[in-house]
Amino acid sequence: MNLLIKGGRVIDPSQGLDAKMDILVENGKISKIGKSIPDGGAKASKKASALQVIDACNLLVLPGLVDMHTHLREPGYEYKETIETGSEAALAGGFTSIACMPNTDPTNDNRSVTEFIIRQAAKCGLVNVYPVAAISKGSEGKGLTEFGDLLEAGAVAFSDDGKPVMAGGLMRRALEYAGSFGVPIISHCEDATLSAGGLMNEGLTSTELGLPGIPSISEEVMVARDILIAAYTETALHIAHVSTAGSVDLIRDAKKRGVRVTAETAPHYFCLSEEALTEFDTRLKMNPPLRSTADVAAIKKGLRDGTLDAIATDHAPQSSIEKEVEFEYAANGIIGLETSLGLSLRLVEEGILTLPQLVEKMSLNPAKILRLKKGTLKPGTDADITIIDPEKAWIVDVKKFRSKSRNSPFGGWQLKGKVIHTIVAGVVKFTDRE
Amino acid sequence: MKLARKDILGIRELTVEEINLVLDTAESFIEVSTREIKKVPTLRGVTVMNLFYEPSTRTRTSFEIAAKRLSADTINIAAATSSVVKGETFVDTAKNLEAMNPDIIVLRHSAAGAPHMLSRVVRQCVINAGDGAHEHPTQALLDMMTIREKKKRIAGLRVAIIGDIAHSRVARSNIYGLTKMGAKVTVGGPSTMMPRFIDRLGVELHHHVDDAIRDADIIMMLRIQTERQDMSVFPSLREYANLFGLNRKRMALAKDDVIIMHPGPMNRGVEISPDVADGPYSVILDQVTNGVAVRMALLYLLSSGGN
Repeated sequence: MNLLIKGGRVIDPSQGLDAKMDILVENGKISKIGKSIPDGGAKASKKASALQVIDACNLLVLPGLVDMHTHLREPGYEYKETIETGSEAALAGGFTSIACMPNTDPTNDNRSVTEFIIRQAAKCGLVNVYPVAAISKGSEGKGLTEFGDLLEAGAVAFSDDGKPVMAGGLMRRALEYAGSFGVPIISHCEDATLSAGGLMNEGLTSTELGLPGIPSISEEVMVARDILIAAYTETALHIAHVSTAGSVDLIRDAKKRGVRVTAETAPHYFCLSEEALTEFDTRLKMNPPLRSTADVAAIKKGLRDGTLDAIATDHAPQSSIEKEVEFEYAANGIIGLETSLGLSLRLVEEGILTLPQLVEKMSLNPAKILRLKKGTLKPGTDADITIIDPEKAWIVDVKKFRSKSRNSPFGGWQLKGKVIHTIVAGVVKFTDRE
Repeated sequence: MKLARKDILGIRELTVEEINLVLDTAESFIEVSTREIKKVPTLRGVTVMNLFYEPSTRTRTSFEIAAKRLSADTINIAAATSSVVKGETFVDTAKNLEAMNPDIIVLRHSAAGAPHMLSRVVRQCVINAGDGAHEHPTQALLDMMTIREKKKRIAGLRVAIIGDIAHSRVARSNIYGLTKMGAKVTVGGPSTMMPRFIDRLGVELHHHVDDAIRDADIIMMLRIQTERQDMSVFPSLREYANLFGLNRKRMALAKDDVIIMHPGPMNRGVEISPDVADGPYSVILDQVTNGVAVRMALLYLLSSGGN
């Protein structure tokens, strides 16, 4: 079936497009973008019934959102999330492509796990799933994994996310070796000796609560180290989940000097700060932790001036077994696929980003960083399209999440802007029924 | 006379009036412990559960005696620290205890915030008997009671709290309580033991103990956890005792009528020299005596105010 999306405001930064347009989708690809494409514009006019028309009047039509940082938990932790439930959550959040981190059990550090993920994703047939493979075997920070074999199997980047690569020597080799294949290393920046034992950001709130702190410098010294190594080796480095003002400054400065560094942050780092932890709510426990209000302001500034290229979710499902325990024993993580767009649209409301800039950060830029032919509505590309109603107000209800987990602190938040249709390869995979 | 709250989780949320109410009530209970028959029927039929996830002799015994002198029934549960991987979760334990209908649960736990969690899952009154490095409200109340007893006031006094502030729940509760009551609090100790932005809690920070205790009316020494020297928080017990320990010479910098407090258990010869601990200015054992009265007061105020 072919699709005609009529009368929406089409925003596609890859073509510098922001105008009221129609989009015609044929055989899963974008075939035409233009003003007033007639219903009969579909090739087989005799099979006019095979043309599905979507009225996108007053709606935004965007290239499908790309989340470059999720945790799907399969294989190994299927009670928290599966590739299927994570993909369902992605669709509900407007994502058509997601990259999943390798900290599964077993770790995605060899071809068989990468292939398993791709096979499972194909079986669900919901969103495009791109595995990120581990840098080191078992993400233990010792020997490199088989990058060549993993890339051939379908991995798109390498990361030991969840854990830092503590040895500078290994990080250097990883960047060099990945560079020879033209793929980035995604670095979880944390000096584990500085963050050891920490449970939240080190600051006034941790002092008040008597909780051991994770200082901002534990992130920043590794951001600085990795930038130096990337500059020295002239390779592409991507910094995951940036949370501090110091990291933003280091990245801004490195970009000015021409270092090939890109960076992402996540909605919780610009929507919440450490003060929220006063009640020891484990849903607010994550790594890196919620930082100070000054850090939140710096993250917003970094998004605005382009220092931070992408907004990722760092969707990290945890069950009640990990979360309904004492704060100290609770696992890190917050889910985000179903709230990311609504929370990020607040940046547009606040005047920090324009809508096209937001689309860049949630679709085009992550696709570029991962070298995916996504994040665009150019004719000839896969018809991955997200249609949203920017004015629709809704209240986050965690009970309605498609994700298997409920570890979100955003329940009850009123957000504006909701996904109406999510289209993957020309097929409407999600439609908002409310 | 009532405490209009279900739980005592920390000093931070208490008002000056509430603190005064507890201290006044505690004073009236001192006399009970001096009677020949040390028991009043006030809390007959009330069940107090002491749920201790951390070893404690002083605090647990004090709560138990306090409850018994008020004729409440007491149950002591020494629980193994809860673990994510094995054993019953804290919430499940709490719900099981709740189902047995106690009236008050006294909780000691190594994890900060555990009493807050307990108060969210059970309907009973919860008294925090120390949670991680967060708060130890009954200790601060008995300290304030002792200060008031010895000095007849709290407002305007200079109180020096010396030692590992970062890891001390006693320090936090006392900082919240004493500043609220109008005392001038200084903290001192190695910079590695001072939590970030501690000065923003309204205290004066000194890295040299001599500066912290100069002209003090009260010196409160904190227990040093000796295992922290392995974590490079301080180099050796010897160096700690030399630079930060309280001895007679150092004590001379304080006011002539200074009193010395310590929440116990003491490391003699480390944070406090024996002659100071046993000397005439020491009120360490008065603190213990007042602890029973303060806990009686809280049990009384919560069970009469809770229903």
